[in-house]
Amino acid sequence: MGDGHDKGDGPDSGYGGDGGDGDYAVRAEGLDKRYGEKRALDGFDLAVRTGTVHGLLGPNGAGKTTAVRILSTLVRLDGGRATVAGLDVGRQAREVRARIGLTGQYAAVDEVLTGRQNLEMFGRLFHLGGKRARSRATELLERFDLSDAADKGVGDYSGGMRRRLDLAASMILAPAVLFLDEPTTGLDPRSRNEVWDSVRALVADGTTVLLTTQYLEEADKLASRITVIDQGRAIADDTPDGLKNLVGGDRIEVVVAERADVPRVVKVVARVTDGEPESDESELRVHAPVTDRVAALTEVARTLQDEGVRVEDIGLRRPSLDDVFLRLTGHRTTSADEAADAVSDKRTSGKRASDKKEAAV
Amino acid sequence: MSAVDLADEPGAGPPAGPGTEPAVHSRAYWALADCWNIVRRGLTHYRRQPVNIAWQLGFPILSVLLYGYVFGSAMTVPGGGDYKDFLMPGMFVMTMAFGFINTATIVVYDATKGVIDRFRSMPMAPSAVVAGRGVTDLVVACAELGILVLTALAMGWRPDGGWNFLAAFGLLLWLRFALIWLGVWLGLLVPNPEAAGGLFAVAFPLTMISSIFVAPQLMPDWLGWIAAWNPISSTAAATRELFGTPVGGGDSWVEQHALLMAGVWPLVLTAVFLPLAVRRFQRLSR
Repeated sequence: MGDGHDKGDGPDSGYGGDGGDGDYAVRAEGLDKRYGEKRALDGFDLAVRTGTVHGLLGPNGAGKTTAVRILSTLVRLDGGRATVAGLDVGRQAREVRARIGLTGQYAAVDEVLTGRQNLEMFGRLFHLGGKRARSRATELLERFDLSDAADKGVGDYSGGMRRRLDLAASMILAPAVLFLDEPTTGLDPRSRNEVWDSVRALVADGTTVLLTTQYLEEADKLASRITVIDQGRAIADDTPDGLKNLVGGDRIEVVVAERADVPRVVKVVARVTDGEPESDESELRVHAPVTDRVAALTEVARTLQDEGVRVEDIGLRRPSLDDVFLRLTGHRTTSADEAADAVSDKRTSGKRASDKKEAAV
Repeated sequence: MSAVDLADEPGAGPPAGPGTEPAVHSRAYWALADCWNIVRRGLTHYRRQPVNIAWQLGFPILSVLLYGYVFGSAMTVPGGGDYKDFLMPGMFVMTMAFGFINTATIVVYDATKGVIDRFRSMPMAPSAVVAGRGVTDLVVACAELGILVLTALAMGWRPDGGWNFLAAFGLLLWLRFALIWLGVWLGLLVPNPEAAGGLFAVAFPLTMISSIFVAPQLMPDWLGWIAAWNPISSTAAATRELFGTPVGGGDSWVEQHALLMAGVWPLVLTAVFLPLAVRRFQRLSR
C-alpha cells in the first residue's frame, strides 16, 4: 500500500498535497482498491468542504462503502491518497481515528448492553476516563432523546432508536468528520425523519458529514453537494439542484386511454411546462418538466376533465437515482453489478441484503 | 476502582474535542486500559445474560450427571479405580475444550454485526479487541471450573493431591488459553453466526475421541492411538495425576509423559493459532 501517492498530483488536479488546508475536511485523490480482479475503486476523487453535508450517491456495488471504509481507516488503499481532517488515512490512521465518527451499516453498537452502557464503554475507549465517560453518556442520551430507554438493552430498541444511539456513539468526541453509511436503510419513514433531524443538528454544531446513500431524496434533503459514484469512479459532483437540473427536475406525467388523445394532452401540458412535453405514443404517456408542481397538476387535471379526455393516470414524478444514472451513464442502476462492495465485505453482505428487504417492505 | 478511572480529569461538560487523548499516559498504559474495558464489556454481557453461562455449563453438568449416574456403573477403568476419579477431570477438560466454540461464536457475532469495525475505527489499541476477548474467556473459564468442581464434590468426587490441584487448574486454563486463539481464528474465518453453531458438530466427536470418558486402551487399537495423542487427553491424564487419582493411564509414550505433554500441546496450539488469528485480524483491513 501507500505507493502511487504521487499519481495525479499535478497543479491542476485540484487536490493539492498540502494536507492541512482548512477548506476541505475530506480529500481523496485517485483512490484505487482492488479485490482480486474486481476494481472496487478505480481512480475515485472526492473533496468535502469543512462544515457541510456531502452526499455520496450510488447504487449497491458502486464503491460507496469501500470509499467510506478507506476514509475511516478500516481498509487500506491500493493507490491514490486520502486525507481526513488534514491527516493521511494511511500513515496517520490513529490520529485520524481520534477525529472521526463512523455510523451506519457496518459500525454497530453492542446489542446486549444498554444504551447507557454502550456510550460509557465507547467513552472509556475514547479515553475520556470513567467519570467523564459517564457524564458524556448522560448528555448524549438526553440530546438524542434516548433518556427514557437509557437503561434498556439495545436489543429491545426500535430501528430508529438504534441508529440514534449509533449516532450518539459516533459523537462522543464531537468528531471533525462523521461518516454516515446509509444511515436510514431499512428504517420506516418516521425513524428516517428522526435520523435526518439528528444529522441536521450535528451539522449545526460544525461537524462535517459524509453521507452515503442510495436515495436521491435523502441526499437532496441533507447534502449541500453530491458526488455520484459508479463503478468505483466519481461520475458527477454537483449541488442537488444541479443534479436535478441535469435530469430535468420534477415531471408531470399523464397517461391517457386512447392514442387519439395524445396530441391534445401534449397541447395542454405545454401550457404548464417550462420545457418541451415529451410523448410516448406506444405507452399513451405524456410527460414534461414542471417547477410549480401543484399548480401545474391542478391546471392539467382540470383542463383535461373540461375537455373530456379519458385519463388513466396523472401525477408528479420526482427524478430518481435511476434517472440521474440514466442521464449520466446511459445505463440504469443494475443490481446485477453488485461486484465491488459485495466483494469488499462478504461477511456483511448477507446483512445488507436483509436490510434492503426491510427497506422494500 | 478500575485502572482507567485514574485517568479521570476534573469537570464534565462538553466533549474533549478531537485529539485530546491525554498524553500523560504511555501507549502501553492505554493498551492495558482498553483491554480492561473490553473485558468489562464481555463480563457485562454475562451479567446481563446469565442464561448464557447456564447454557455453557449445562452440557458439562448434564454430562457429569449422565456419565456419573447413568453410565457410571457400567464404565470400567482399566487397572481398577473409581470411575468418578476418571470422569471428573475429563469433564473439566471437556469444558475447557468446548470453550473455543464460545470464543468463536462471540467473535463472529462481533465481526458480522460491525462491533469490531466500530472498535477499529476508534483511537484505541487494536490489540485490545483480541486480548480483551482472551482475558474475558479466561475469567469465565475460572467461573465455569469453580461451578463444575462444586458439582463434582457434591457427587462425591474427592481429589487427593493436596496443593497440586492448583497446578491442575493451571494446566486446564493453559489449555483454554491455547484454544482462545483457535476460537478467534475460526470466529474471523466463518462467514456468519449460524456457521459458528456448526462448530459443535465438529468439536463433539473430536472431544469424544480422547481419554475424557473412556480410557484409550478400551478402544480399538488404531482409535486408541488417536485418542491417546489427542492433545486434550494429555491434559486429562495430567490433571488426574495432579488430583492424586491417576487412574486409567496407558503404557504408550504419550500417556506416560502426560504432564510434559499437557504443557507442550497448548504451546503448540498457541504457536499455530495465535499467528493465524492475528493475521486474520490484520486481514480485516484488506
